[in-house]
Formats: sequence, structure tokens, C-alpha cells
Amino acid sequence: MSSSRRLLIVGGIALALWGMGYGLWYAVFAEHQALNGIGGSLATAFDAAASRNLGAAETAFRNYKEAKYIYDRQVDVHGHWIGLAMLLIVVGIAFDRVRFAERHKLVLACTLLAGAAIFPFGVLLQTFDHGAIPRGIAILGSVLVIAALIGITLGLAGRKAPSE
Amino acid sequence: MGFSKSSFSEKTHKLDASSFAPLSARRLLVLGGIGLILIGMLFGDIFAVFVLHQNAAHVGASLAAAAHAALAGNHAAVLASFQNVGAFLENRGTKVDTHVHMIDFGYLALLLAILQPWIAFEEKTKRGFAWLFLAGAALLPVGVFLIHYVGLAYSPLQAIGWASIFADLGGLLVILATLGFLLGFVNHFRTYAPAHVKDGLLSDRSAAGRLLLAGGMVLVLAGFLHGAYYAAVDLYRHEALDSSILTEMAMAAAANDAGTVDRSLEAYGQLQGDKAVKIAAHAHSIEFGLLAMMLAFFQPYVRLRESWKLRWGYVLILGSVLLPVCVLMELRYGLVAGGLADFGGFLVILALLAMWVGILRYTGQLDSQAGDVR
Repeated sequence: MSSSRRLLIVGGIALALWGMGYGLWYAVFAEHQALNGIGGSLATAFDAAASRNLGAAETAFRNYKEAKYIYDRQVDVHGHWIGLAMLLIVVGIAFDRVRFAERHKLVLACTLLAGAAIFPFGVLLQTFDHGAIPRGIAILGSVLVIAALIGITLGLAGRKAPSE
Repeated sequence: MGFSKSSFSEKTHKLDASSFAPLSARRLLVLGGIGLILIGMLFGDIFAVFVLHQNAAHVGASLAAAAHAALAGNHAAVLASFQNVGAFLENRGTKVDTHVHMIDFGYLALLLAILQPWIAFEEKTKRGFAWLFLAGAALLPVGVFLIHYVGLAYSPLQAIGWASIFADLGGLLVILATLGFLLGFVNHFRTYAPAHVKDGLLSDRSAAGRLLLAGGMVLVLAGFLHGAYYAAVDLYRHEALDSSILTEMAMAAAANDAGTVDRSLEAYGQLQGDKAVKIAAHAHSIEFGLLAMMLAFFQPYVRLRESWKLRWGYVLILGSVLLPVCVLMELRYGLVAGGLADFGGFLVILALLAMWVGILRYTGQLDSQAGDVR
């Protein structure tokens, strides 16, 4: 098995384990609290509206927005890490059909693995900081994944070598 | 649908029957994995047809009731309506999670099945990990499904019920089994020379395999590009709108403005629909692409004529394209697009079922040959 193929398969299984571990931690320690926070702040906002208390309603909606923003990203991170991990393993298994030289395949494998790890990590960072840096990291990760996938697709579509 | 005996027998020898022996880890993971995917997809289709839209209508109605209760200054009705919203959302969320986890565990089982020749453990140990994986992969979705019905009954914890505890236990079993396989994989490279393993499953270059691999790769790429487009154009706009529409709705209720409340409710419903179809199209395109790529590797195990294997490959790819495209068009073309999307999902299930039956026929052939030898 070539190093590029091994990198993708080992990296994929490790990333899947990491994503599942994160999901398990999230389900046990964070999800219920997050859902209670979202539902509670929304109910408080409408209850304040019923009391014609606009200030309290606005505060409750701010809490709702923040809780929902964090919840959506935490769920996305779990899904994307595992989804990308499975993609790494599938591509790794099919990697001997990519008709590039091994050093180019190693670059593609590194790019895909880096993108698959960085993209959800950038999304996770957005739950701590809403600024441009976490967003930039997530964009960089997704660009790396897409670029590597385009490269791999071209490699899969390439002509057979006469020796094959 | 048929089967050519001579070609099959030839391929059986090339494939090394021992790698797919009865109750071997690979056979357990392949049949269990495809079974999980089939059940997960059927569950998803039933959920989409009989629960999803009705549930969305209930959520919308409860939100409208909450807004109108706020308009009338009725605190008790506001809280009661939000309790209903919470219950409907939990019902929906747990069913989506059941569908997604069952399918994803099926995918992971197929991937681990392919990797079995590289897992450097005794067959007995690998079989133990495979059973552990399948037990966890069944326990988690069933536990998640039951969360809505069991609630906190007899639970020793304040926020987590027994169904959640068993679901988490299922997740832990899957993690342990996957970790075991990873250790076996790493162990292989520490123990053997890199070129030691030759697996006939991966050297197959049949037309059906090539179609599924190429079609799957294109679907995955299309799904990623669509996801990137969604993140760049819609994600932040949707998030801002979600909050601003709800704020506008509550403020209008506080100001006794019934017209604005109703307009906000309508806008909120449209926003949720727009968000749901875009995310569903992105996720299904990638998931079906991955499935097609995985099935490409298992084509040598599908005991059907080459022409039928190719036809089922086309059916799978057609369904995989139809579902996300029609889901995207659902907001504009309503039930027609929704029906076509469901038909796409049905085609994928049908093709997958046909391939599963083909693999079952292969196992029957292998087992009967082994019986003849004995």
C-alpha cells in the first residue's frame, strides 16, 4: 500500500474516531443544555412580548440568536468531521486508480486530509470567536477539500498508462 | 435479472472465498452495513412522506399560536405553545438523527469491510469487533428514536433519559470497535511488508464498478460545490433572517400589530423551507456519492449478470441525482418536485436492495460450494 493511500485511510479512521468522540461528548454534556437554552430564550422572548416588555424581549432574542448560532455550528462540526472522514477512507481505497505520480498523489492526499481537519475546526472556532479569522480558517479548509477533490477526479478520469 | 455460472465461478476463484466466509468480519460488515443503510433509507422515506411535512405544519401552527397568544397578552398560552414547539422539534430532530446515524454507520461498516484484509488480527478478534460495531450501530439509532417517547421516565439524571443513555452507549461501542480496527490496520504495517495483501475486491474494473465510482465522485464534488455556494451566499443571510423575523414577530405582538405578526409567520415558514431544502440537497448529494463509490468496490460480490449490474448502477446514479435536484426545486414546484424527489429516493433504495440480494446470492453460492467440498 502506497504512503498516500495509507495516509488517507489512517487519517480517515482517526478523523472518524475524533468526530464520533466529539459527538459523544456533545450528546452527553452539551446538546441538551444547548436545546434548553434555545427553547427557553425563545419562550422568554414571546412571554416578554405578551407583557409588552420590549427590552426583555430584545435581550431574550439576542440570547436565542447566540445559542442557535453555537448549536448549529456544533452539530455541523460533528457531521462534517465524520462525513469528511468517510470520504478520506473511500478516496484512500480508490487511490490506486488515480493516475498521477506517487509524489503528486501524496500532495493531493495531504491537501485533502488537511482540509478535512481544518474546515470543521474553523467552524468550531466560530463558536468562540465570531470574527474573520475562524471564518477564514473554515474557508481555507473547504477550498483545500474542493481543490483536492477536483485533482483526484481528474486523476481518476486520466488515461490508462500502457502498462496497466 | 440472471446469472452466468461460468463467469461467476471464475470470479469466485479470483476473489478468494475465505475472505468472505460465513460469519467472517467482512461478511458481517457488508451485509450488516447495507442492511443498516437500507433500513435507514426506508425510515427516512417513511419519515419524509408521513411525518416531516405534518410535523413542520404543527411547528408552524404552534409558533403562530404563541405569537397570537403574545398579541393577546396571554402568558399561559405562550408557554403552552412553546412547550408544543419543543415537543414537535424534538420529535423531528430525533427522527432525522435516527435516519442519519443509521445510514452513516452503514457506510462506515462498508468501509471497514473493505479494509478487513489489512486488519492484522485473528479472524475471531475481527469478528468480535464487527459484532461490537453492529451492536452499537443498531443501539444508537434505536435509542435516539426512543428519546421522544421515553423522555425522562425513571431516569437517574436530570436532563438525560434512559433512551439517551443507551444511545450514547451505542456510540461508545462503535467508537471502541472502530478504534480496534484502526489498531489492527496500524499493526498490519508494523508486522508485514507493504505489498503483502492482494485483495481481488479492489482489482475489479467492471463497467458497473467504473460507473459507480465515477458517478459517485462527481456527485460528491457537486455536493461540496453546492455546500460552498450555500455557505457563501445563504448561510449568514438565513441566520440573520431567522433572528430578525422572530424579533419582528414578537415586537409586532407587543405592539398589537396582528398584520405584521401574520406576515412574519409566513416569512418564517418560507425561510425554514428554503434552509431545509438547500441543506438536504447538499447532504444527500454527498451521501449518495459516497454510497455509489463504496458500492463500486463490492460489485465483484454482486452475483448478477454484468448487464444487470450496470442497469442497477444506472438506477442508483439516476436516483442519486434526481433526489437532490428535485428537493432543491420543491419550493418552486411544490408537490410535483417533492414526489419526484421521493421517487429518486425510492430508486436508490431499489438499486441498493438489488445489489444486496446479489451479494446474498453470492454468499449462498459460496456456502453451498463449501458444503460440497465438506
